[in-house]
Amino acid sequence: MLEVTRRYHFSASHRLHVESFSDDANVQMFGKCNSPFGHGHNYMLEVTARGEVDEATGLVIDQPALNELVEGAVLRDMDMKYLNEQVPPFTQGAVPTTENVVDEIRRRLQARWADTFGAAGPKLARIRIIETRKNEFEMSCG
Amino acid sequence: MRITRKAEFSSSHVCARPDWNEEQNQRVYGAAANPHGHGHNYILEVTLEGPPDPVTGMVLDLKTLKDVINDEVIEPFDHKHLNHEVPPFDRVVPTAENIACELWKRLDRHFPEGGARLQRIRLWETQDLYVDYHGPAGRGEAN
Repeated sequence: MLEVTRRYHFSASHRLHVESFSDDANVQMFGKCNSPFGHGHNYMLEVTARGEVDEATGLVIDQPALNELVEGAVLRDMDMKYLNEQVPPFTQGAVPTTENVVDEIRRRLQARWADTFGAAGPKLARIRIIETRKNEFEMSCG
Repeated sequence: MRITRKAEFSSSHVCARPDWNEEQNQRVYGAAANPHGHGHNYILEVTLEGPPDPVTGMVLDLKTLKDVINDEVIEPFDHKHLNHEVPPFDRVVPTAENIACELWKRLDRHFPEGGARLQRIRLWETQDLYVDYHGPAGRGEAN
């Protein structure tokens, strides 16, 4: 077994805000991240696939297919966008914390993973987002 | 306790199988199949695992690890064309995956049972691509 990690980059803005909280409660909970018009990051996304090295090709995963999957399922939709106003489910009340963004990306990739790589192909192992140089969020995917 | 030492080497390679035609190689390896070759600044992270020695407080003298990496990796790989100059890549396609497995083989024999053991090889091919190998049967994988 070997893990291959590919990094992708997208830039987006977000605002951490819960509708049902008062203004004061939102500021108390989210601080600067509650700033009313949103703020942005250059998100660095790591997608890790795990599998056996194919004996013929020496590869674990079809990287162009992975690039296309991430481009189609994530980057095209999130890059250069305001997550709260343009990217479901954050348009429907889900708070675009980076935890929730990681989980949404996992959901989107898993929905198309088996069709892209086949049941016997590599598995989605991990999603990590490096939000700033100081903050990272990571989730194992099985 | 785990300790990690980094090293860097610059090499060229071609990712293509000689028994496939150009179209097949292009389809599988893309631009990396360019028959003239291309190069990377590879960054290698070697992680060893073991208890710190009660007297020295060290898992392993990092100078020892540095010397092993230098002899087994930097000397043979740096500023070389892997397919032409570094066996087994005259017959094994030098993908990042295969290079990571080869580096494990070369390094693992220096760290036998009873001392600090090789736990992980991480090989960065570019800033946006790395592979992790924990050895055959995932030996070094954390429980």
